[in-house]
Amino acid sequence: MATQHSRSVARLMMAPAVILLLGWMLVPLTMTLYFSFKKYLPLRGGDLGWVGLDNYIRFVSSSSFWPAVQATLVIVGGVLVITVVLGILLAMLLDQPMWGQGVVRILVIAPFFVMPTVSALVWKNMFMDPVNGLLAHLWRFFGAEPISWLSEASMTSIIMIVSWQWLPFATLILLTAIQSLDSEQLEAAEMDGAPPLKRFYHIILPHLSRAITIVILIQTIFLLSIFAEIFVTTGGAFGTRTLTYLIFQRVLESQNVGLGSAGGVYAIILANIVAIFLMRIVGKNLDA
Amino acid sequence: MARAVTPRRKSLNTALAWAVGLLIFFPILWTILTSFKTEAQAIASPPLFLNFNWTLENYAIVQERSDYMRFLWNSVIIAGGSTVLGVIIAVPAAWAMAFVPSKRTKDILLWMLSTKMLPAVGVLYPIYLLFIRLGLLDTRGGLVVVLMLINLPIIVWMLYTYFREIPGEILEAARMDGATLKEEILHILTPMAVPGIASTVLLNFILAWNEAFWTLNLTAVDAAPLTAFIASYSSPEGLFFAKLSAASTMAIAPILILGWFSQKQLVRGLTFGAVK
Repeated sequence: MATQHSRSVARLMMAPAVILLLGWMLVPLTMTLYFSFKKYLPLRGGDLGWVGLDNYIRFVSSSSFWPAVQATLVIVGGVLVITVVLGILLAMLLDQPMWGQGVVRILVIAPFFVMPTVSALVWKNMFMDPVNGLLAHLWRFFGAEPISWLSEASMTSIIMIVSWQWLPFATLILLTAIQSLDSEQLEAAEMDGAPPLKRFYHIILPHLSRAITIVILIQTIFLLSIFAEIFVTTGGAFGTRTLTYLIFQRVLESQNVGLGSAGGVYAIILANIVAIFLMRIVGKNLDA
Repeated sequence: MARAVTPRRKSLNTALAWAVGLLIFFPILWTILTSFKTEAQAIASPPLFLNFNWTLENYAIVQERSDYMRFLWNSVIIAGGSTVLGVIIAVPAAWAMAFVPSKRTKDILLWMLSTKMLPAVGVLYPIYLLFIRLGLLDTRGGLVVVLMLINLPIIVWMLYTYFREIPGEILEAARMDGATLKEEILHILTPMAVPGIASTVLLNFILAWNEAFWTLNLTAVDAAPLTAFIASYSSPEGLFFAKLSAASTMAIAPILILGWFSQKQLVRGLTFGAVK
C-alpha cells in the first residue's frame, strides 16, 4: 500500500529527472519556434524582425527541399529494407544449432559498437576509395572498372555504410524474438509436412511481426537523424543531403537561423509522427 | 531452444553462420590488421592480409602527432561523467515509478521517451546559442550535461524495467519490520538492483562514447572526444590508411570489449523494454 507520505516522497524523487527533461524539451523547443518566425542572421545583421510564416514557406519552396526529402526517404527506406530482410534471415540462421554460436553472435553484433565517424571513414577510405580501396581491388580482380563509390554511387554507398551499422541491431532484436518462439509449434508443423516456406509465413513471420514493427520504428527515428555518416563522407554533396543535413547547413554553415529553425520544426513534426506509433506499442507493453 | 539435428545439418549451419559472421566483422578486422602495416603496405596491390611486417609505428605516430591521449581522456570524462550523472538522477526517479506507481506513471514514462525522439537538429541552434552564452562551447562540462540529458530517458527506462522485476513483497516485509525508506533503499533495494544498474551504466557509457552529433557540433579543440578526433581524418592528406586504422582501432577497442558484455542489455535498453 502506497501511503500519502510515500507518494509525496516518490514525487520528490522523480522531480529532478522530470524537471531536467522538461527544461531540456521546452527551452530549446521554444527558442526554435521563436527563431522560426524571425529573420535571424547572426553574422549578417542579427535579428531582423518578425516575418510570420515566411521561413516555413521558404524552407519548403527552396530548390534543395524536395531533393533532401527524397534523399532522406531513400536512405531511411533502403536501410530499413536491407536491415529488416537480412536481419530476419540472420536471426533465423543464428537460431539454428551450431558450433561456436556465441562467437558468431559477437562477430555479427560488433559493428553496432563502432562509433559512426570511424565506420564512415573506414568504409570511405579503406573500402570505397576508387584507387586503393578494397572494393576497387575486388573490381579490378574481376576485370571491372573500379567505381568512385561516394561520388558515382553516393546513395548506395551511404545506404551500405548505414545498413552495416544497423544490421546488428535488427538482428539482435529479431533473434531475441525468435528465441521466444515455441519450438513445439514449429516441430508440429514440420511433422505435419508443412514445407519450410509455409512454416516461415504462417508461424515465424506472424510471431516476429511485433519485433519487426519495433525495429522499423526505432530505426526510423534514429535514421531520420543520421549525421556523422554524411558529415565525414560526402559532406552532403552528390545528392546525399538529407533533411537533417540541410537544416544543419542552414543553421551552422550559412548561419540562416530563422530558415534552419523552420526546417527544425518540420523535422520535429516528422519525428513525432513516427514516435506516436512507437509509443503506442511501448505503452501497451507497460500495461501487460 | 535445443532442437535435435543431424550432425551434417549442424556442420552446414556452422559453416554458413561463420562465413556470414566473418563477412560482417571483416571491416573491423581489416581496420585492425591495417593498423599494423606501414603506409606503403596498407595500400599495396594486391592487398596484404597477414603476410606483412607487423609494426607498431602507427600507434606511436598517432599519439605523437595528435596527442591522442587527450582525445581519449575527453571521451572517458564525457561518456563516464554523463553516465554517472544520469544514473544518479535516474535511480530515484525509476525507483519511485517502479515501487510507488500512480495513475500518471505510465504517462510520465512515455513522455520521457518522447523527449528522446526529439530530433537533435531541431534544437541545434538553441543549444549552440545557449552554449556560447553560458561559455560552455568546447567544454567537457557542457557535453557531459547534454549527453546526460539525451540519454536520461533510456537510463530511467532501463532502470525502471529492472526495478520492476524486484518482487514488491520483499519491500512490504521490510516495511512491516519497521525499516525506514532510507534503510529500504540502502540495504534491500540497492543490493538487488546492482546488476540492473551495472547493465544500464554499461550501455549508456557505450551510447555516450559513440555519440556523434553533439560531440561534433559543440566541440572544437579543447573538449573534442574521439568521435571528433577521428572525423578530423576525413580531409584527405596523402597516404594515411595505416594511421587512420591505428587511430580507429584505439577508438573502438575499449567499446568493442565493453559491448561484448552488454549484448543482452542492448535489446532491453534500446527497445525500452518492449523486447526482452
